[in-house]
Amino acid sequence: MTFPHLQLVQLSRPSTIPKPVIELIVDGHQVTVPEGTTILGACQKLGIEIPTLCWLETLAPVNVCRVCVVEVEGARVLAPACSRTVEPGMVVQTRSERVNLTRKLVLEMLASSTDLSTAPGLAEMMTEYGAQPERFGACETVAQPVLVDNDLYIRDYAKCILCYKCVEACGEDHQNTFAIAVAGRGFHAHISTEFAVDLPTSACVYCGNCIAVCPTGALMSKREWDLRQEGNWNESKQTSTDTVCPFCGVGCTLTLHVQDGEIVKATSPLDNDITIGNLCIKGRFGWQHVQNGRSATQMAADAAVPA
Amino acid sequence: MDIKLSSATPTPDERAAVDARLGAPRASWDGGTTRTVRDTHVAYGGKEQRDRRHLLLPALQGLQERMGWISEGGFNYVCERLTVPPAEAWGVATFYMMLSTRPRPRRVLHVCDDIACRAKGAKAVCDSLRAHHSPPLPHGTVGGHGDAPPGAHATLNEHHGAWTTSPCLGLCDVAPAALLIEAGQPVVELSTGEITADYAMGLLGGGADPDDVLAAAPRTTATADSPPDPLTTQIGGIGPLRLLKRVGSVDPTSLDAYQKADGYKAMDKAFTLGPEGIIAELNAAKLLGRGGAAFSTGRKWEAVRTQHATPKYIICNADESEPGTFKDRVLLTGDPFAIVEAMTIGAYAAGCSRGYVYIRGEYPLAAQRMQHAIDQARAAGLLGERVMGRDFAFDIEVRRGAGAYICGEETAIFESIEGKRGEPRNKPPFPVQHGLFDQPTVVNNVETLANVLPIILEGGTAAATLGTDQSAGTRLFCLSGHVKQPGVYEVPMGTTLGELIALAGGIGGTGTLQCALLGGAAGAFVRPDEMGLRLTHEDTRAAGVTLGSGVVVAFDTSVNIQNMLLRIAQFFRDESCGQCVPCRVGTVRQEEALIRLSKKKPLGGMRTELALLEEIGTAMKDGSICGLGQTAYTAIESAIKRLNLYPA
Repeated sequence: MTFPHLQLVQLSRPSTIPKPVIELIVDGHQVTVPEGTTILGACQKLGIEIPTLCWLETLAPVNVCRVCVVEVEGARVLAPACSRTVEPGMVVQTRSERVNLTRKLVLEMLASSTDLSTAPGLAEMMTEYGAQPERFGACETVAQPVLVDNDLYIRDYAKCILCYKCVEACGEDHQNTFAIAVAGRGFHAHISTEFAVDLPTSACVYCGNCIAVCPTGALMSKREWDLRQEGNWNESKQTSTDTVCPFCGVGCTLTLHVQDGEIVKATSPLDNDITIGNLCIKGRFGWQHVQNGRSATQMAADAAVPA
Repeated sequence: MDIKLSSATPTPDERAAVDARLGAPRASWDGGTTRTVRDTHVAYGGKEQRDRRHLLLPALQGLQERMGWISEGGFNYVCERLTVPPAEAWGVATFYMMLSTRPRPRRVLHVCDDIACRAKGAKAVCDSLRAHHSPPLPHGTVGGHGDAPPGAHATLNEHHGAWTTSPCLGLCDVAPAALLIEAGQPVVELSTGEITADYAMGLLGGGADPDDVLAAAPRTTATADSPPDPLTTQIGGIGPLRLLKRVGSVDPTSLDAYQKADGYKAMDKAFTLGPEGIIAELNAAKLLGRGGAAFSTGRKWEAVRTQHATPKYIICNADESEPGTFKDRVLLTGDPFAIVEAMTIGAYAAGCSRGYVYIRGEYPLAAQRMQHAIDQARAAGLLGERVMGRDFAFDIEVRRGAGAYICGEETAIFESIEGKRGEPRNKPPFPVQHGLFDQPTVVNNVETLANVLPIILEGGTAAATLGTDQSAGTRLFCLSGHVKQPGVYEVPMGTTLGELIALAGGIGGTGTLQCALLGGAAGAFVRPDEMGLRLTHEDTRAAGVTLGSGVVVAFDTSVNIQNMLLRIAQFFRDESCGQCVPCRVGTVRQEEALIRLSKKKPLGGMRTELALLEEIGTAMKDGSICGLGQTAYTAIESAIKRLNLYPA
């Protein structure tokens, strides 16, 4: 049984008035989409893949990474597909020479300044665009020590590409806590609390919604980071199971990531109407009690027993 | 919203500095020190308080001006007063280079080491200060990878000043220049030109009274009551001066004098013409924006006029920070009432009810003069509820920048006025629809506005007879570097570069021109064999250069142009807001490549290095959000291609 009227949060409210539609051409294909759709939306409808880093369907687009740029006929510069809305008669090229060059350079610039080793999908993207960050030689990076100032999550800003997602998730897009913001300027712009105080001193409530949206692993749960440090993090051995968070009556969907019979991470699906990927401190970090008193070996043995 | 602040509290001085900008707190809810019984029954704040967010930058500036830096206690008080989360306010405080979030002496000398000053000996001044006084104050913020190492910070000594290098101060006509700021009540802000190392040392020396030191100053502008601006060296032109006609000859502090010199005649006529009539005149005059982008002013006003949303705003963009540009400074200090009048006409034509003059923080005299002019105009009924007795309400507020070139970008200026980091917005939507506070907004450069008055008085068709068909009217050019008489010159568009340089007395220094930078750091280099270049949009475009903001910095044969390119690259790296990747990283990679080239150690050979630089430049041009990144390679590209600076 479904209760559609009970949906608390809807990403896009269905309207009874149909929106005017707009016709445009993307890579030679004609496509018709509702007014207000982004170029990225039109591309998704056509099945054309556009790389993105700072874009996420649950956050307002900030169009800062520029890896999604496309060429709009008649425009002086490239346009960010993630935020530019379609216009009637628009002619868009998503893989022109100009587009490929800028995407390649953006990836090279990021890879030459940032540690992208834990960023999912980045290596494939770099290969696709022929990015060779080593051509910049010895160059300035954002390398810096990892910040471990609490038991729940770490901040490794040497991996930060400044996509603004964590700031948005912490601020007005989701959590409304505003514990972090972009500080400084230019190449020295960085994510920071006020006066760079540690997280326990800051306004952080440890919801971990910043971790959930981080595209590079710069923000990571302490558990995952510990396992990676030990060399024991192995995603190929992980399974994920959806359940409902037991802590309160909201009933957030919880995805438990299990490795060797042990919960190693909890997330929530982005397309979940209730959470849109968000959790609170309890949902995201409060699962250790499930396996307290039981060793990883015991847990693994449990898991091995067929239900 | 509850905000979490540290336990640091403001000193009485800090409290007073903030209250001077925000007014006294109403209750303990918004930072008041006493709690009344009533406070326990009534909650203040909320949306009403958050709507004052746009006062964040003025409040932080208040602290900076009074204390010389922003302490944790003062910072907390600002956050409490405006209900701004401290992390966000921190992001704003660390964005602007004139705000310091670490302790530093009250007296700080900002020594310009940008291109025009460098051509005139700024490097020797800086080197001497480095050797005989102290290292410059570090740029950058606390935390993050850019933080200066401990110990690198200048020691806090109340009696000695500190110094720092500065991007172009807009004093190129009196290069080398510096800006002295001594925090206190009131703050002392002095622009000073033609400085020497000894003089700079004197300014920083222990306990010397700035007045005494300045009495011996080569060129200084001290106060608002010393008309005309003693810093303005040279005003001239070909044909009758239209934009500069009052500069230097009419007292810029007197509304009477302004009105006797044709002041407010254009406003009178504008009321007769009506909004559509005014715009028709601008279109007939073919007025294009003078800030660099050359967009039709009439079309811009018309686009705002036809928007339904209200209120609408008009902003005078006086964040003139393009290296080599100082024409707006000359207009603001020399003829401030003209800008007030032109903004009023613009507001009437486009239907705006409120105006902002956003003046770069490095222009203290311009801010004083504009504030004075606005106050005088308001007192005379030329601003306010009923402008000139008509059913038209309009008023203007002065906002000062705090050290960020990027805030001259037309959308970054909105963010800055709204009290945020000056990060440009993506366009579309355009300012005429969604501008300041998301409302329809006109943004015009100072010189553009100055053009409005003669156009209304002469009539658009007559005004269009000046200049060429595609580049109508007269234009201000800022001549600096190795010309004999640096200054601002007004010439009809179509005047050649050679004629313009001759107007400035010809080439100084070694007497032989090596090259000139046209249009500013975002402009292009021209060769000595191009003196016949007609200064119009169409001719410069055909030659692959740009008029930009009307900059001509001449370099004689003694100048090392490779070093100038490095300074330009450093400028863009320092001034990038850091929002988008192509500009944030590209400006750094570009500088690194230029450093390798100047050390004659190109990566993989000259050809490979230049190709890499070209790719970086192309990605910045194509992929950046705003004009800063899009033009960060322009001057460098022109030096490579037009001057053949790095022969393969």
